[in-house]
Amino acid sequence: MLLIPCPYCGPRDEHEFSYGHEAHIARPKDPFALSDAEWVDYLFMRANPKGWHRERWVHSKGCRRWFNLLRHTVTHEIRASYAMDAEPPRSEP
Amino acid sequence: MKPGEMKQTYSIFSLARNAFSFHQGWQMAWRQPEPQPSYDIVIVGGGGHGLATAYYLAKNHNITNVAVLEKGWLGGGNTGRNTTVVRSNYLWDESAHLYEHSLKLWEGLSQELNFNVMFSQRGLLNLVHTQHEVREARRRVYANQLNGIDAEYLDAGEVKAFCPLLDTSPDRRYPIIGATLQRRGGIARHDAVAWGYARAADSLGVDIIQNCEVTGFRVEAGRVTGIDTTRGPIATKKVGVVVAGHAGVMAAKAGFRLPIESHPLQALVSEPVKPVLNCVVMSGAVHVYVSQSDKGELVMGAGIDSYNSYAQVGSPHIIEYLLNALLELFPTFGRLRMMRQWAGIVDTCIDASPIIGKTPIDNLFFNCGWGTGGFKATPGSGWVFAHTLATGEPHRLNEAFSLDRFARGTLIDEHGAAAVAH
Repeated sequence: MLLIPCPYCGPRDEHEFSYGHEAHIARPKDPFALSDAEWVDYLFMRANPKGWHRERWVHSKGCRRWFNLLRHTVTHEIRASYAMDAEPPRSEP
Repeated sequence: MKPGEMKQTYSIFSLARNAFSFHQGWQMAWRQPEPQPSYDIVIVGGGGHGLATAYYLAKNHNITNVAVLEKGWLGGGNTGRNTTVVRSNYLWDESAHLYEHSLKLWEGLSQELNFNVMFSQRGLLNLVHTQHEVREARRRVYANQLNGIDAEYLDAGEVKAFCPLLDTSPDRRYPIIGATLQRRGGIARHDAVAWGYARAADSLGVDIIQNCEVTGFRVEAGRVTGIDTTRGPIATKKVGVVVAGHAGVMAAKAGFRLPIESHPLQALVSEPVKPVLNCVVMSGAVHVYVSQSDKGELVMGAGIDSYNSYAQVGSPHIIEYLLNALLELFPTFGRLRMMRQWAGIVDTCIDASPIIGKTPIDNLFFNCGWGTGGFKATPGSGWVFAHTLATGEPHRLNEAFSLDRFARGTLIDEHGAAAVAH
């Protein structure tokens, strides 16, 4: 069970949250200018790293606000919790 | 034992003969070879799918200069962690054909491998609890029948007759109002599948190398020429990667990404009890699947943990949901004690269907994305991947499962359609 630090409500139990997968995937400004390969890369392809992962969560049974976590996918350690529009933290210490 | 040496055949007679020498005279089931400097084909991943691929390369295509590299031990990943359900009642034609081919191979597998994989076609129920599910289930039954797959729709009374332990009373929170039945569905012994394929592939000359992790690919002019491993470099003409949860990690080493995320999928077994559950029971709505092993343990699982992980552990509230669902269907299991719990790392693909075929690198092939349901496909997956590796082109059964389906927009959306929630 993860103890997730919501930037707005503080640490809460994982079951209050829903997962939003990989963060910082920006929608292309002009989708029609993309090749099929670039569109597929945006739409479907994922980094899926074994290590530090920046990911979106929503506090769906709490404040219902979205935010990002920097979490390790092997140890489940959470190093940072930050607002959607904040600068992503570095994954290395 | 040396390469090419005749394998002892397992039979009632060899069992009796070896009893006289207190079972000290059994051969090793496979060799422990040192890695050679080069192979025609290297398969990365010594789970069921990789070992089946090696076996069918040797058996169907007569290619035996093959190595299977496994970073741990054979079948120590998801092959040894799944809930052993085998079925082929998928909705879409592409999936139905692939899984049905696999099921047909299962039906002769113990004889073919001379290894008892304990395949038991005890029947498999997919329960339905709402009118919407009734329509979906009937549609799937018709689709299955059109594809030559055995499928029946049962009403609540027929479900009760087929599986008396189920609580089919109408006053449940989620009453059982029917089910689809695949009589040819069932379970198998998962470790035996890895061991049987390993032994058969080894006897045909395939080198199975354990404790050998692939650390990188050697690529020249867009074509793979070899791999680096923890036991030294190996030159090879073709590489087939079949590593389940670590597919994304291997793809990153080769310099591309996949439409796949890795999640924990938990399972648990109860203490062993006398035979009580005569079939496999699955429910997508309350979300659990359960069967009874030949040892008497109830083996069960449900959905994945939501977050990306490689940790082989999951969160306890997932177990609570699973057990709530189990007790909704079988209140009598309320006093059973659970004995073991674990998780495997599953490679869930965005359309809940596997990716089997070419990659952006020539002669590097991937077989991944089986997600939560790869065990049942082990023989068929090996069959089509062996064809793909041997000929460089997909078999007609895995043509549709190419990586470029995402660019073509021809996804095979088995979310929900595959008779269980993914």
